Amino acid sequence: MEYAAQQIINALSFGAEYALLALGLAIVFSVMGLVNFAHGEVIAVGGYTMVAFAALVTANPLIIIIGAVAATALTSVALERVAFRPVRYADPTTGLLTAFGVSIVLQNLFLLFISPRPIAVTSLYFLDAPVMVLGVQISSLQIFESITTVVVIIGLVLFLQRTTLGLAMRAASLDFEMVRLTGIRANRVFALAFLISGLLAGLACIFIMARRGSVDPHFGFNPVLKAFVACVVGGFGSLPGAVLGGFLLGAVEVAMLVLLPQEYGGLKDAFVFGIIALVLVWRPDGILSPAREKGDKL
Amino acid sequence: MLDIQNLQVFHGPIEAVHGISLSVASGQCVALLGPNGAGKTSTISAICGIAQASGTIAFEGTDLAKVSVEDRIGRGIAVSPEGRRIFSNLSVEANLRIGGGIRSDRENIQADIDKWFDTFPILGERRSQPGGTLSGGEQQMLAIARALMSRPKILLLDEPSLGLAPRIVAQVFQMIAQLRSEGMTILLVEQNARQALDISDYGYLLNNGRIQAQGTSAELGGSKDMMAKLTGLV
Repeated sequence: MEYAAQQIINALSFGAEYALLALGLAIVFSVMGLVNFAHGEVIAVGGYTMVAFAALVTANPLIIIIGAVAATALTSVALERVAFRPVRYADPTTGLLTAFGVSIVLQNLFLLFISPRPIAVTSLYFLDAPVMVLGVQISSLQIFESITTVVVIIGLVLFLQRTTLGLAMRAASLDFEMVRLTGIRANRVFALAFLISGLLAGLACIFIMARRGSVDPHFGFNPVLKAFVACVVGGFGSLPGAVLGGFLLGAVEVAMLVLLPQEYGGLKDAFVFGIIALVLVWRPDGILSPAREKGDKL
Repeated sequence: MLDIQNLQVFHGPIEAVHGISLSVASGQCVALLGPNGAGKTSTISAICGIAQASGTIAFEGTDLAKVSVEDRIGRGIAVSPEGRRIFSNLSVEANLRIGGGIRSDRENIQADIDKWFDTFPILGERRSQPGGTLSGGEQQMLAIARALMSRPKILLLDEPSLGLAPRIVAQVFQMIAQLRSEGMTILLVEQNARQALDISDYGYLLNNGRIQAQGTSAELGGSKDMMAKLTGLV
C-alpha cells in the first residue's frame, strides 16, 4: 500500500516535470507553429547561470533560483529576436532547421567556452529532502514540483482566459494574420510566447538541477526529448494536451519501472515508446489535438 | 480620407490588380463591385498591408507604404475580412475583446461590448459560446462588430453577404446602412451590386484588375446594361 502510494507520487512528480517542459514547447508551437528544439539549451543556460551565481555571487539559493529563471526567460526572448523572428513567416521546415541550428550553436558554445565536463551545483540539494506525509516517505522536491506545476497551470489558464493578450495568443494559434488585422502587435504576441516558454524552462531547470546536481553541454537533450514526446502524445499545439501528455508519460515511465521484471529493466524506454506508439495508432494527431480547420471558404 | 493612386497588387509573380485609383471621402460609403477574381479582396489586402503592392495608398494624407499592418489598424482602419475569420476557438465576447485590444480606454471597452450585445441580442445570448458555433449571419455580425470595437475611422467590409441566405443578406445591408447613417466611412466590397449600390454614395466597377466604370450610385445603378456587359452582375 505504502509502496503503491509512493509510486503514484513518483508518477505525479515526473508527470509534473514533463508537463512543465511540454508546456514550454507547446506555447511557442501553438502561436508560431515552431517546434523549438533549442528549448533544452535554454534550460541548460539556466543550469550554467546557477553555476555562475553560486561561484561568483552568492550561496543564497533563492537568489540563485531567481537568477536562473530570469536568465532562461531572457535567453528565450533573445533567441526569438535574433534567430526566430527572421524566419517567422517562412516554411515550418525552415523554422525547425533554425531551431536545430540554434541548439547546436548553443551546445558548442557551452562546450568551447565553459567546459565539456559536468559542473556541479550543490546549492539546490536542500530542495530534495525526505519527508513523511501520512506515513509515506516522499521527497520534498516532489511536493515542490507538483505544487509549482499546479500553480503554473492555474496562472496560465487565467492569463489565457482573462487578459486581452492571452486571448490574442489563443486567437493567434488559429489565425495569426487576423490577430494582426485587429491591430494587436505580432512582435508582442511572439515575444510573450517565448517569455512564457523561457519562464517554464527556468522552473523546469530548478527541479532538474535539484535532482541531478550538475550541468553539462548536453543537459537539455533529455528534457526536450521528453517534452517533445509529451506534446506529440497530447496533441501538438494543444496546451491541455501538453499537460496531459506530460502526466501520461510520467505515469507510463513509472509504471514500466515498477512492473517490468528486473532483468528487463534495460528495456524500459522501449516499452514506454511502444505504448506511446500504440496511443498514436489510436489517435494519430495526439489525444487532445486541436480540431483542424476544414478550410472551407464561407 | 482614403486615397489610392495607381495601385498594383501582386500575389507572388501574379499581378492581380493593374494600377487602379480610387478614393473614399470622410462619411462616404463607397462600393467596390466586381465578379470573382476581379481584384477586390486584393485591393482590401493591400490597404491593410498584408499583400505586396506598389502605387500609393494614402490615409488621412499619410502614405501608408512604410506603415506596418498593426499601425494601419492603430491609425483608424478596421477590416471585416472575406470569410469573416472569426476566432472560432474563442467566445463571442473574447472575439470582441480582441477587436478592442488596441484601445487604452479599458473602462469603455466593456461598455462597447454591451452596446453590441444590445444591438444584436443573439450575440449577447451567445456571449460565452465559441465563435465557431454561430451561424454564418451571426458570424458576419460578429466580424463587423469586432472590427468596430477598435473605433475606426474607416471600415473595410469584404463581401459581407458572401454565403448568406437572402433574408440574412438584407439584415447585413440594413446594418451597413445604419452605420453609414451614423457617419461611419465605409469601403464596401461586394458582388451583390444592386444591393450594395442601394446603400452607397459612389461606386467603382472592377474587373480583371482594372476599374471599368465609376460614378455615383445613381449613375451606375441607372446604366444596368453596362454593368451587365462588364461584369455579368446585376
